[in-house]
Amino acid sequence: MDVKDIIKPENLVYGKSDVILDNVMHYCPGCTHGTIHKVIAEVIEEMGIQDKTIGISPVGCSVLAYNYLDIDWQQAAHGRAPALATATKRLMPEKYVFTYQGDGDLASIGTAEIMHACNRGENIVVFFVNNAIYGMTGGQMAPTTLIGMKTATTPYGRNVELNGHPLKITELIAQLPGTCYVTRQSAEAAGPVRKLKKAVRKAFENSAQKKGTSFIEIVGTCNSGWKMSPVKSNEWMKENMFPMYPLGDMKDE
Amino acid sequence: MGELRLMKGNEVIAEAAIRAGVDGYFGYPITPQSEVLETLMARMPWEETGMVVLQAESEVAAINMVYGGASCGKKVMTSSSSPGMSLKMEGITYLAGAELPCLVVNVVRGGPGLGTIQPAQSDYFQSVKGGGHGDYKLIVLAPNSVQEMNDFVGLGFDLAFKYLNPAMILTDGMIGQMMEKVELADFTPRWTEEEIIAKSGTWATTGKTKNRERNISTSLELDSAKQEIFNHKLQAKYKTIEENEVRYEKFMCDDAEYLFVAYGSSSRICQKSVELAREKGIKVGLLRPITLFPFPSKQINEMADQVKGILSVEMSAGQMIEDVKLAVNCRIPVEHFGRYGGIITSPEEIVEALEQKIIGG
Amino acid sequence: MKEEIIIAGFGGQGVLSMGKILAYSGIMQDQEVSWMPSYGPEMRGGTANVTVILSDERISSPAINAFDTAVILNQQSLDKFENNVKPGGVLIYDPNGITRHPKRTDITIYRIAAAEEAARLKNAKTFNMIVLGAYLKVRPIVKMENVIAGLKKSLPERHHHMIPMNEEAITCGMNAVVEVK
Repeated sequence: MDVKDIIKPENLVYGKSDVILDNVMHYCPGCTHGTIHKVIAEVIEEMGIQDKTIGISPVGCSVLAYNYLDIDWQQAAHGRAPALATATKRLMPEKYVFTYQGDGDLASIGTAEIMHACNRGENIVVFFVNNAIYGMTGGQMAPTTLIGMKTATTPYGRNVELNGHPLKITELIAQLPGTCYVTRQSAEAAGPVRKLKKAVRKAFENSAQKKGTSFIEIVGTCNSGWKMSPVKSNEWMKENMFPMYPLGDMKDE
Repeated sequence: MGELRLMKGNEVIAEAAIRAGVDGYFGYPITPQSEVLETLMARMPWEETGMVVLQAESEVAAINMVYGGASCGKKVMTSSSSPGMSLKMEGITYLAGAELPCLVVNVVRGGPGLGTIQPAQSDYFQSVKGGGHGDYKLIVLAPNSVQEMNDFVGLGFDLAFKYLNPAMILTDGMIGQMMEKVELADFTPRWTEEEIIAKSGTWATTGKTKNRERNISTSLELDSAKQEIFNHKLQAKYKTIEENEVRYEKFMCDDAEYLFVAYGSSSRICQKSVELAREKGIKVGLLRPITLFPFPSKQINEMADQVKGILSVEMSAGQMIEDVKLAVNCRIPVEHFGRYGGIITSPEEIVEALEQKIIGG
Repeated sequence: MKEEIIIAGFGGQGVLSMGKILAYSGIMQDQEVSWMPSYGPEMRGGTANVTVILSDERISSPAINAFDTAVILNQQSLDKFENNVKPGGVLIYDPNGITRHPKRTDITIYRIAAAEEAARLKNAKTFNMIVLGAYLKVRPIVKMENVIAGLKKSLPERHHHMIPMNEEAITCGMNAVVEVK
């Protein structure tokens, strides 16, 4: 059977969202970013808000997120995405504004900006992708790196005395009165992806209802940085990351 | 004639912003410029024009809010003073790299470090030569009166949007804190979204509609060949600015045998020095750069054909003097004079310095 | 006409607002004006001073070292500014708390017992207006009607009911100022 015989509308079992562009992704095979991008794109398409949505990409692996989602984008300096989002949303209150940030960007260099944006209750959506490592710069320690976890800057494993504790920033964010929805999700299989998509939709709807900041942490993998196969990475994540970063809603008001 | 008021330089920045139809101001308190944010908060322009005013959590956040607002094609601004400006430098180079228009006001105080809260002009290098990383330039305006503080808010935005480049008002605690008579501009309405799309639709992130490609405001280009091409484009823009936007003022230069070059508050003090020196029979004039980038090099060089020497007067250890020397290509003596660290130079000291360093030197 | 004035005293004496009223009065009669304060922590209980210039011509430097008139309201300011009065100029001071009195002989010196007068009026807030009255008597560079107009401009509207009281204090200062010979 020829390929042409297979590619027919009646054989369609899965369609790519129109909000996803055809650019070849730079993410490593097995990376969680691609899945998260897809989920966000689908929600934007289903809500019909493509022309009203502005994304803020960070510094880190997802710096180039603007190449993959067909919406307007601002690319922020390292850690500053919530500041850009604050101004964008306040100046254009009818738009949907989200930041997409990694663990180094949000929980290390950008701690002040995320805390204050959430505390002010900016009507924005924050996607916080936590894979416990700096991917773009080559696998260095992140604030969320687990104790004992080996990275390029903790070659003998993260040591509390030397490196301090893993930062559960989402738990801190949940304490802030400006946030209306704080949840931790994952995307390693169909079930979690479906749950993630519900969370993303709820977050954008909260924004429309001016309820405050919606914050979604997505625990993901970095198989290149972790030096494991994608399959092994998912297993390792479930065994090691989930106990430290348990999934579920922390706040839903 | 517009409304006449007695106002502080800092207060005028706030009032002028409201009247110029500015969409957003994002700031953080620091002496001696806190009156800008205080005045705006007291005026509540969000009720009058819809202007957004926000006290950010830091100078870093404030300039990045400017980046966000500027990306939307809005007229946005921030203000700070020297230590705060150092923090803003990251955001400023990103704004320049993303070719975003905005207005940044630096009410300079003495440094280095936390320094003093008193006036100084020691941020010339930071403002004109970079400050942040990379090959970029700001359009730098140096007001020397409260009236010009008012006028340069509008001018700054005009130039910023004309060239898609951040503009800076470089002033100091003296102009910021003093009051003078000011004629306020009439109100200009804020741009509507339709006007923004008509004006900046090719780049502003107002939401991607079906009839256009997505707009991205970024300063990232991983392909060096493309980054070099982009840098060529930036440099060409700066050259155009140098050709078209030089502003300066001459004071008693027609018969001058000597010349002061001074900007901002020092240029006001130098006017007095010109008067004092002429009472003593010394024919000295003053050339005041109004734009520090682009610098009036050509005009200073022309004066070098006429005068015997130049005293570059600046409340710093000598920063602008480098541009004055480059302008005259060392054809005539150029010396620096100025008090710094927060001390305001006196008009008499400047005349003495002229006599000792240039006339006697 | 050009008048270069320094007003100097303690923070809280109303030095800066007196300067502001004077500057506004200048605007009311179409003059160029500048008001250049000392600023910073010294304003909080320490010394405060303001340089005010009124002129028919464009004002060059708002920051100057030589003054036509010095209005001096404490010892530190007297020590600091006595020598900065131009020869032939004027120094007006309140003797309250002054132990080392001015010594210059090439300037005209006036005393205004403003603290005492304010106590007599049972209103400490009128202190700076009494001083302003003394100044205006000695240097009548702005018309009274313009001073009142200046007061109106520089006071918030909710304080406009205090204008007659201020006017009275100005008159009091005009009557109480004496030349020191």
